Amino acid sequence: MPKTSKVVETATRLTVRKTYKLYIGGKFPRSESGRTFVADGDNVALASRKDARDAVLAARAAQPKWAGATAYNRGQVLYRVAEMLEARRAEFTALGVPADEVDAAVDRWVWYAGWSDKIAQVAGGANPVAGPFFNISAPEPTGVVAVVAPASLLGLVSVIAPAIVTGNTTVVLTAGPQVAITLAEVLATSDVPGGVVNLLTGRYAETAPWLASHDDVNALDLTGVDHPDLAAELERAAAGTLKRVIRPRTSPDFTADPGLRPMTALLETKTVWHPKGY
Amino acid sequence: MTVTVSAGLSDLRSFLHGLPGVDKVGVEARAAALATRSIKTSAKAHAIDLAIRMVDLTTLEGADTPGKVRALCAKARRPDPADSSCPPVAAICVYPAMVPVAAAALAGSGVHLASVATAFPSGQAPLEVKLADTRDAVAAGADEIDMVISRGAFLAGEYSRVFDEIVAVKEACGGAHLKVILETGELGTYDNVRRASWLAMLAGADFIKTSTGKVAVNATLPITLVMLEAVRDFRERHGRVIGVKPAGGIKTTKDAVKYLVLINETVGDDWLTPDRFRFGASSLLNDLLMQRTKLTTGHYAGPDYFTLD
Repeated sequence: MPKTSKVVETATRLTVRKTYKLYIGGKFPRSESGRTFVADGDNVALASRKDARDAVLAARAAQPKWAGATAYNRGQVLYRVAEMLEARRAEFTALGVPADEVDAAVDRWVWYAGWSDKIAQVAGGANPVAGPFFNISAPEPTGVVAVVAPASLLGLVSVIAPAIVTGNTTVVLTAGPQVAITLAEVLATSDVPGGVVNLLTGRYAETAPWLASHDDVNALDLTGVDHPDLAAELERAAAGTLKRVIRPRTSPDFTADPGLRPMTALLETKTVWHPKGY
Repeated sequence: MTVTVSAGLSDLRSFLHGLPGVDKVGVEARAAALATRSIKTSAKAHAIDLAIRMVDLTTLEGADTPGKVRALCAKARRPDPADSSCPPVAAICVYPAMVPVAAAALAGSGVHLASVATAFPSGQAPLEVKLADTRDAVAAGADEIDMVISRGAFLAGEYSRVFDEIVAVKEACGGAHLKVILETGELGTYDNVRRASWLAMLAGADFIKTSTGKVAVNATLPITLVMLEAVRDFRERHGRVIGVKPAGGIKTTKDAVKYLVLINETVGDDWLTPDRFRFGASSLLNDLLMQRTKLTTGHYAGPDYFTLD
């Protein structure tokens, strides 16, 4: 049977306007405050402190299972994210992300995915000790990491991937809402469990202090903070609960080889003394 | 109409079945509407402290040890060791075997000691066993007894048997307060909840309690609303004040505040006191403490900073 497709007149169609919502616990809710703001002509949810609180709850709930998955499994899940990123490259270029940056972001993601079952060999090991013990150091995830992320896609990938590859879960504040939420759609359609990455769009200065002082957040990555006073304030708030803090760098170059530091900065070393039995 | 303790089966039955039916859609809609109230700032701080004072901190596990019960008693006396302005909870609720341990740990604190009794949680045991259970718990130092009704008998329509059991247990309690657990999750309908509430109140209950916490459906807002209405109507008719205790499944401060709103709107603020309303809960307390800490320190609290037991 010949295919007879009836052309729908464009004038009769309603335009489907997109509202960029938050990404919390694997879902795309609006802000509980009901607020939005306009960024580059798009409606974007404006996250409140309660959205940040909800995101921490989601991240905390997801953390044990994500950390408990085998390193190999986490690597496979992250590789799947790279597949989805690749498939959606046109969406990112349509948002104005240069094609070579999308390439770099996919490459960066694959690079980190590969580290999932290798980082323990580099960051951990068997230690020589003067006694009848096996002495083993194993890196473990820090827990829930709050991230103030850079706006670019490559910057975003460069802070999220190293945090989650080792079993941390994240609450990410983003400045580039369209790119970030499109990345959230990539994550939602890959196999990353809900709550492992939570993305909040809005104003850093409003939500970041609540995450910095939150008792149930274990580490704070300030890579995307561009205001030194805010960075200092957040660092002071984080000190109240002895969080690990990654300080902002001046004009970071995300195309450079990141090295292992982004991953090891969010790991805790557990050392076990096991008697040899003689 | 008055029903006395000597009421015959037919009197009690015709009274209970003469109670007006509960409008299921109406009661659920009203409970849902009241649950949307927003309680903020100083009112929230007040609600949190009141809710803490209303908690019956409960541990009813086969794995309970004297050590766990002592730890829980210490928490009951001083829920937030870092903040002396935090009030103690209303009571500890344990199995009868743990009553002596808890009594020693709570001595002089003003925290009440409740014990479940009467073959908790099923209630499926001979009356003599239930009464012995009750007397033992009271003798060991419990000043509140949480009894379960025989749902089997109630559902079979043997109202006078349930009635007589409650009367007998009340007598065995002596000076101890009697809370009667209706196990609403097993009663099936709101009409049955209303009937069971009246039955328990007529038989001499000091408190009516929703659930054991051991079945699939525990305390819900609409069920508590039906029970609060029964308590309100009972006071109007008989002049005696009965308390209400929802138990099981209340885990967050938000949930607890919804119940407080429900009380205020149904029976009035006379019932906003630990003498007349209790929460049967264990994990609720930590959430209340976290919210309280948030209000006093200005930043969000985490579960790592509070004891599990």
